[in-house]
Amino acid sequence: MSGIYESLVKIVGEDFVSNQQEELYFYGRDPGVMPPHKPDYVVMPKNTEEVQQVVKLANKEKIPIVPKGGGLALTGLVIPLKGGIVMDMKRMDKILEVNAKNRYVVVEGGVSQGILKAFLDQNYPDLRHSVPEAPPITTIAANAVIHGQGRLSQQYGFNSDMVNGFEVVLPTGEICKIGSCSVSPYWFSKGPPMPDLSGLFLGWLGTTGIITKIGLKLYPKKRLIDVEVFVTDTEDIIPDVVYKITHTELIEDIGVWSQPKPRMFSGNFHLNIFFTGDTEEELELKRKIIYHALQEYIDSKDGGFMQVPSDLKAAFLANPQKTMSNFADLRKGGGFEYSGPIIPVELYPQFVKKVQELGTKYRVIQNASGRVIQQGHCMMFSFAFTFNRADHDELDRVRKALHEAAEFGSEKGALLWKPTLYEQKMMIDRMDPNTRNLMKKVKNLLDPNGIMNPGNWEV
Amino acid sequence: MPELKFDKDKCAKCKSVNCLTMCQYMKLDKEQAKMEWQKIIKGEYSFVLESCATCYACEEYCPQGNHPFYLLVERQEQMDKLASPRALIKQWVNMTEFSGKFMVGQVKERAISFCFIPRLQQIANGKLFEDVASSWVMGAEFFCNAVFLHFSRMSVIQNRLPKVIDNISKQGIKELICLHDECWATYNSIAPAYGIEVPFKTTHYFEYLHNELVKNKRSIKLLNLKVAYQRNCSTRLIPQVDHWVDDIFKLIGVTRLEREYDKKNALCCGALMFSSKGYDLGTDLQKRNIDDMVKSGAEYCVFNCPACWDPLAEKVAKRGVKPIHMIDLCKMAIGEKPALEVKI
Repeated sequence: MSGIYESLVKIVGEDFVSNQQEELYFYGRDPGVMPPHKPDYVVMPKNTEEVQQVVKLANKEKIPIVPKGGGLALTGLVIPLKGGIVMDMKRMDKILEVNAKNRYVVVEGGVSQGILKAFLDQNYPDLRHSVPEAPPITTIAANAVIHGQGRLSQQYGFNSDMVNGFEVVLPTGEICKIGSCSVSPYWFSKGPPMPDLSGLFLGWLGTTGIITKIGLKLYPKKRLIDVEVFVTDTEDIIPDVVYKITHTELIEDIGVWSQPKPRMFSGNFHLNIFFTGDTEEELELKRKIIYHALQEYIDSKDGGFMQVPSDLKAAFLANPQKTMSNFADLRKGGGFEYSGPIIPVELYPQFVKKVQELGTKYRVIQNASGRVIQQGHCMMFSFAFTFNRADHDELDRVRKALHEAAEFGSEKGALLWKPTLYEQKMMIDRMDPNTRNLMKKVKNLLDPNGIMNPGNWEV
Repeated sequence: MPELKFDKDKCAKCKSVNCLTMCQYMKLDKEQAKMEWQKIIKGEYSFVLESCATCYACEEYCPQGNHPFYLLVERQEQMDKLASPRALIKQWVNMTEFSGKFMVGQVKERAISFCFIPRLQQIANGKLFEDVASSWVMGAEFFCNAVFLHFSRMSVIQNRLPKVIDNISKQGIKELICLHDECWATYNSIAPAYGIEVPFKTTHYFEYLHNELVKNKRSIKLLNLKVAYQRNCSTRLIPQVDHWVDDIFKLIGVTRLEREYDKKNALCCGALMFSSKGYDLGTDLQKRNIDDMVKSGAEYCVFNCPACWDPLAEKVAKRGVKPIHMIDLCKMAIGEKPALEVKI
């Protein structure tokens, strides 16, 4: 690999390539519990052409290449398992186009959630995108390709469902347009009515190409937002509660959560029901319909709406919320990790019981959260644990708890979200053989030299 | 466990059955009322147990002082006919458990209780509190627990109250100034009803404010305001303090407007109605109450209880009636700035 460094310098400039140990150390890990592995180089391209040249170089030299957004997936997806080049996309941070009337935006592959949100708030106050409950540094493109979800997922599906097209650099170096932008100046569709090729990149965890531009749907932003918190001590009713509340077709977002600490939340299950309106009247009408939808539980005493103190309400209404960050710091050791199976809503009671069981079994502080996806078609669930990173025994117990959570999820028929290598293997092993072969053919076709984020989705 | 001093003979002889016939949330004639009340006394099922909105008013309506509400709360618990969803009861029990953390200031023999409401500490400052502001107690260890009257959990009060009183006594407190109406109601209604001794003097903050205003009479500038008073649930346990409202208003030049929903006909803030009964009752109550305030020509709505503030203050303000806590009103009369405000 002699001369690689010099070649990279030639492409991106000396300031944006490194093989220094301190940077390799940093780019060899993520904040989760997966073991680190250093890359050989780190590059920060500024535009599509630089990405293309780096990929062509990597493909020619058969060097692994790992695209990286915010690097906060926590499951090791951007840890360069076989070394090579980590491509940090953060310099590609331009918002290229907002088409307000057609409600979409086109951004470069390194634009973060925070940049886009701030830009829209300032310039297009009637529009917004689906912001995930993650630090603002996470990127639009990475979140879409891992099938992330956000504040609007209850209404419109996974954040990947909100993609309107891509510009992507294929592992062999071609720049390829996906969706309406391939035949039109407009980025209004990721495929339909043509074959939807976006699926070649969504969910592939950066193993089939590097997103350099992404078109994203924008949605109406109402002037007012509020949240009601429904509380029950009976997890078994939650699938029905979700069914009834989504039937109203009025809800922006539904978060289901339970945790033993602080004490006031112990032993109960909470549904944060978010709703919006342009006027007080609209908001109040929605509140009334929400209450009426769940009146039978109030009457039976199986559940009711809690009075939400103003500081807690402000925390819930923040977007992204910091409540999970607060939970992550409960052990004051900077450790937080979760396993996130996507499940049918009807499995919620079984999953939440399992979280509690794991918390007790492994003596770790747990949180069970779920976000309802698109009117209850499924739920993103999380087995979350907080730990003190300096406490190696606790870290080991968390690893075991996560491992058992993943196995449980897999056995119950869940799909493991942004899976670790081990979780990917579990799903591949359970996969229909013909599906597995199809994945293999696609992968080999797009990445014949196996340079893209190797180790992941190795079928 | 302390037991309720309840005399069933008094009820047997009662001709009015005011406890149920005057109820604002159930319509019962005298015959029905008598029948249902007897069922409750005998420990039999009555729909009243589940229909009760826990407004506390029957304690005030009872001409015998026989504590019908406390008995009803006991029966709700015994028969598992709860006034609120189980999860909300659990939430409150968990939240207010003794924590072992004694939140105290520089406690002297005369001390303020902020109950379980940190916001009260934010309000109780300035000239009216300069002698006592640093001597305070707050939090679960000093929490009166009267809220469990809303949650069909008299047993929590019975269990915790003696310990709370002990905690206060152990601080060396001889006089406790209760800034939350509910605390004074606990020590002067619930405790005697259960034969629980309170070994320190308790002063309602209305009385305290009145006395301080008298001391600072020269600083008072008459406010010349017309106000609606939001009478809260715990005042039903201690109607004897109501005169202090009028006495304070007189001192600072405030007129308590006559309106339909004050005095014995006062309406609850509605917060717990939303939780325990649903949207329709909660909304109806708040609408009637606020409409009445507006109709009466009130410039301000004066709050006694901070817990009424959250569900009502913003709604009142949006209808053009300024919300203000009683302490802030008194501070305003001596030229100080209110601590609690609503921005709309």
